[in-house]
Amino acid sequence: MSALISRPPRRVPRSILPWLAMPALVVFVCFAVVPLVGVFVLSFTTWDGIGAIHASGLTSWRTVLTNPGLLHALWVTFLVMIVSWGVQTPLSILLGTFMAGRQRYRGVLGVVYFIPLLLSSAAIAVAYKALLDPNFGLGAGLKIKALSQDWLGRPGLAFGVVVFVVSWQFIPFHSLIYQAGVQQIPKSLYEAAQLDGAGRIRQFLSITLPQLKYTIITSSTLMVVGSLTFFDLIWVLTEGGPGDATRVLALDMYKRGWRASQMGPASAIAVILVLVGLALALLLRRLGGRDAGDSQLEGA
Amino acid sequence: MDIPLSRHTLSRRTLLGMAAAVPVSAALTACGSSGPGTSDAAASYWYLNGQPQEGVRAGAVKAFNKAHPKTQINDTSFQNDAYKTKIKTAIGAGQAPTIIWGWGGGTLRTYVEAGQVEDLTSWFETHSEVKKGLFPSAFGAATVDGKIYAMPCETVQPIILYYNKKVFDQVGVEPPQSWDDIMALVPKFNAKGIAPFSLGGQSQWTNMMWLEFLFDRIGGPEVFQAVIEGEKNAWSNPAAISALTKVQELVKAHGFIKGFSSITADSNADQALLYTGKAAMMLHGAWSYGIQQADGGDFVSSGGLGYMNFPPVEGGKGDPGNTVGNPAQYLSISSKASAEEKKVAKEFFANGVLQDAEVKQWIDNGSVPIRLGTEKLLAASKSAEFLELTYNIASKAKTFAQSWDQALSPTAAETLLDNISKLFQLSISPKQFAGNLNAVIGK
Repeated sequence: MSALISRPPRRVPRSILPWLAMPALVVFVCFAVVPLVGVFVLSFTTWDGIGAIHASGLTSWRTVLTNPGLLHALWVTFLVMIVSWGVQTPLSILLGTFMAGRQRYRGVLGVVYFIPLLLSSAAIAVAYKALLDPNFGLGAGLKIKALSQDWLGRPGLAFGVVVFVVSWQFIPFHSLIYQAGVQQIPKSLYEAAQLDGAGRIRQFLSITLPQLKYTIITSSTLMVVGSLTFFDLIWVLTEGGPGDATRVLALDMYKRGWRASQMGPASAIAVILVLVGLALALLLRRLGGRDAGDSQLEGA
Repeated sequence: MDIPLSRHTLSRRTLLGMAAAVPVSAALTACGSSGPGTSDAAASYWYLNGQPQEGVRAGAVKAFNKAHPKTQINDTSFQNDAYKTKIKTAIGAGQAPTIIWGWGGGTLRTYVEAGQVEDLTSWFETHSEVKKGLFPSAFGAATVDGKIYAMPCETVQPIILYYNKKVFDQVGVEPPQSWDDIMALVPKFNAKGIAPFSLGGQSQWTNMMWLEFLFDRIGGPEVFQAVIEGEKNAWSNPAAISALTKVQELVKAHGFIKGFSSITADSNADQALLYTGKAAMMLHGAWSYGIQQADGGDFVSSGGLGYMNFPPVEGGKGDPGNTVGNPAQYLSISSKASAEEKKVAKEFFANGVLQDAEVKQWIDNGSVPIRLGTEKLLAASKSAEFLELTYNIASKAKTFAQSWDQALSPTAAETLLDNISKLFQLSISPKQFAGNLNAVIGK
């Protein structure tokens, strides 16, 4: 009897648990799995986005894979990924370490650094586009020659601007991750290092950086996979131009699908995008080693 | 053991049921909201925003709704570049508005081939008075395989060569009468720190207008007509190569404003360059006049704006009276609309489009509406001089070619625009340009 009475309260949470996962599951299935399967199917068809969909086997794939535009878009995507990673990671680690300090002014600065994260990508792009306009922008307004370059009109410069704006937008986010990471490092490590006579730089290189290993992997995964989806910012800034200097894979897909009305090849590019993203995420997990799930604090 | 297991399977089944039910119920609510469950018929209508045109479009809808309280039109406006995507997606998803605003030509053909727009041929036969009241040349781009699928509306928009008279006086030069004049003017303006030509190059179709004229002036309208007709290697025509070479010469001579490839036409920054005197000339659609009148302060009213047809090219075969641009704008009716919605739309076509008030507004804004018999109104307008030029170009041109990106299929148009920006970027040669485009002829 007593067992029967004690059972209901235990059983209720158990039957509720799957229901709690429902909203997330439904959203994931509806907006991630179903479209993914849809895109995969569409990549074997010919469709102009308006009329009937015709199955056409590998035609779309052949179109995409034989087009030199794909290689170029992949190359630009990788360049954006690697250069923006190279710019963001060191700056974010330094800023994160700085903000992890206890002094009050650091907290205030941390809030200021955080502001770009509150703005939408489109708004940031519109603002930078206006600031960098060679005829009506900042350089022309302040009459500073060095600033009135043709920032978005020359291939190399436009690429640099894209990397700069992306970094400006996302460094705050990654700094936040590193700040939390640094604050997790046990104080005792630094105290011991101080006793051994290690200076600040030595402490940073020998304690902070190695202790941040897994934070770096997490942050890098977010950066690298996230950089595959850069679309809004580049679209508003350059529309992939000048020419195709900043045409990343996501833009290539959009232009093919909606501008050129070739949904089949656009879907094929989308599938490539998903595969590249998955491969990179897996690779980065591998880099973290088998013990990635364990706490790095153990044995500290 | 038995009881919890069955419970478990039960809960999993309900779980799946719920997963299936969510989209269904979402679809049901979507259905409920798309059909306004009132007794009055209402048609939806999407068009482009941007003043002053947006105000005229909204005004026509407002006047129609006021005169027809039982049949309403719900209008929504979109930005040019965004609209081109939005309308395509909506039509593909079966969510098109009742009245589809567009440019006719190649895009209309894709709608027709997909069975998405109503055939209006018989309606125009029973309402011949509507057809007779409009420019006959406006119906070309509304016609696909001999049938009319769109109601021409609004204004005729040839591409005009605008220039800033004040800047010309300042430098002490005369407007160009030929291509050689243009090339001779370029260094003179550059020497004074004024860009010879303004250009919103990121929008791509802006660059395309240069090629449209150069092709016509050098080789005549036949050169591009051959592309439309799917002739093999039509882009490699010597006249085409010569036109492509000439435009690159102009780019190399710094004929266009610095940073042109990052300027968008949607922001009207290219117009601002002309009326602020940072650029001396600009090739742009006839609608630009209204924008400069609205945004340029007293630039237009004080007589600062000059305008002319594109000059001839030495030794070219094309008639210098020819023009390109938009013969009209077009309204189609979605074939997915309900019978009542279609009725409202047709009522709007007959008694709401280009009524006297709208005609007057277009003229006030410096445009020539495609309604016949407005000569007196045009002559009485404060923009009479410009309107006369537009009217003459439009009515006297032996060939009024439709804008290339509208005349071609979306697939070919996208390849064209892409390659045009590379051509202006000097990253491909005229031969490469021709080769890339020959590959999409007829696609």
